[in-house]
Amino acid sequence: MSTRRIAVVSAGLSVPSATRLLADRLTAATVDALRERDVQGRAEVVELRDHAHDITNNLLTGFPAAALRRVTDAVAGADAVIAVTPIFSASYSGLFKSFFDVLDQDALTGRPVLIAATGGTARHSLALEHALRPLFAHLRAVVVPTAVYAASEDWGTGGDADRGLADRIARAAGELADLLADRTPTVRKDPYEDPTPFKDLLPGA
Amino acid sequence: MQFGIFTVGDVTTDPTTGRTPGEAERIKAMVTIALKAEEVGLDVFATGEHHNPPFVPSSPTTMLGYIAARTERLILSTATTLITTNDPVKIAEDYAMLQHLADGRVDLMMGRGNTGPVYPWFGQDIRQGIPLAIENYHLLHRLWREDVVDWEGRFRTPLQGFTSTPRPLDGIPPFVWHGSIRSPEIAEQAAYYGDGFFANNIFWPKEHFQRLIDLYRRRYEHYGHGSADQAIVGLGGQVFMRRNSQDAVKEFRPYFDNAPVYGHGPSLEEFTRETPLTVGSPQQVIDRTLEFREHFGDYQRQLFLMDHAGLPLKTVLEQLDILGEEVVPVLRKEFAARRPAHVPEAPTHASLLAAAAKAEAGQARQAGQARGAAQAEDAGSAR
Repeated sequence: MSTRRIAVVSAGLSVPSATRLLADRLTAATVDALRERDVQGRAEVVELRDHAHDITNNLLTGFPAAALRRVTDAVAGADAVIAVTPIFSASYSGLFKSFFDVLDQDALTGRPVLIAATGGTARHSLALEHALRPLFAHLRAVVVPTAVYAASEDWGTGGDADRGLADRIARAAGELADLLADRTPTVRKDPYEDPTPFKDLLPGA
Repeated sequence: MQFGIFTVGDVTTDPTTGRTPGEAERIKAMVTIALKAEEVGLDVFATGEHHNPPFVPSSPTTMLGYIAARTERLILSTATTLITTNDPVKIAEDYAMLQHLADGRVDLMMGRGNTGPVYPWFGQDIRQGIPLAIENYHLLHRLWREDVVDWEGRFRTPLQGFTSTPRPLDGIPPFVWHGSIRSPEIAEQAAYYGDGFFANNIFWPKEHFQRLIDLYRRRYEHYGHGSADQAIVGLGGQVFMRRNSQDAVKEFRPYFDNAPVYGHGPSLEEFTRETPLTVGSPQQVIDRTLEFREHFGDYQRQLFLMDHAGLPLKTVLEQLDILGEEVVPVLRKEFAARRPAHVPEAPTHASLLAAAAKAEAGQARQAGQARGAAQAEDAGSAR
């Protein structure tokens, strides 16, 4: 059974948070879906709250402190990302955006990503489509078709005939697992190990 | 090993007094600092080049020429010369001129500049930063080595039968360092030419620079200039010292907290842990600087940033006294004791001139031997 690494980025601010709860359910569903495809999923959860100061410092100094670098390396090195944010003022939270601002620009290129969000009301669910999806398109990630939004009321309807949230979680996790299972694990080119030779920098030299 | 200082030339309000120096005051302060560097026994003064406020040094050779006239030993350098937005022809001429005036006490550090708007002000585009640095330097390298240059490239008007004037002093081009914070391409470029590589490590963690310097060393060897540990490496450093380390921390903290580059971000304690910044006693600075050698290998040039973030001139001069009297003499001794014999010093005009003379003598000797052998052969065949 081959293994895929999943980085789970949760931008919830309270402890515990609805955002983390959604992130955990998406992670569990993805690991289940991968197992059905004979792939072992290994998830690493990043709570951005724990790194909020370092993220701001990175914006100001241009480098990640050691603890944050372990996190950015883990996300950049993962085979897939599950990214979950609370919706603040009709969009992702500032902390969520700041984290992706300090990631290397090409860290997520070609990487499968599942996007999800939480909010007090379902009226903001399209923030996933007009804010998160374009962000990850810019980062050249491959975003799965189903984005999962959980409003307060969704947490109470899990057992009903209308299993809205649970179904959406399962569908999104299945889509992510399909993308992941079809791919070979990520190997990133290291420009410090393997630099562009000078003759390619200055053709004719 | 060479020790010196480098300056950005920022005009910054002193956060403890609210006072901002004028441009004239800051420019004269930079000169005073350079003269002090020679007085306290340092080897190198390097000025930044900037074309946007709040920085004053837009015309490095004007400043360095003036300093050259008032010093005897100090090597005059840059940190950095903008190889992207300057015309390489003008760099070739300006610095050759400076070389003559300063009797060879000149080298340069190439850099790209990271301020987007500056590029279009000089007709360039920051997105072409690396290709500009590569092509412009290639032309500069030729202009100093070939008397007549025909050239055509992507970024500059072509040259037909062009001679850059004056020619480098004694036919020896100034030694060049390539400065970079993160670009593997620049480490590769420095290695290709066998030039020096200056890793301005002062704002970032060492792990990153270990990879960058290791890349340069490996490629230096690959291109046949010597073994990896003979590559010419320069490093930055940033220090503030008082006899009692607590006094240093107390005095420097407001400057740190409000500094343009990292102010209002990490704490002084976090930043000193993550970067080479050392705030404390002279002994702490000695210990920390000696650690650089353990992290990056034997290296040739150590430049300290001393005069930024609004520190008053008087304080900077006191810092230079401590650096010159208490820190650098110990570092010279300790580094020399640790350096293996096969690791070279940083090239200077004198050492490059001597090497050129030796190479010429070697060629002449070989030619003489070949002539002698040919004559012997002729004599033999005549018999």
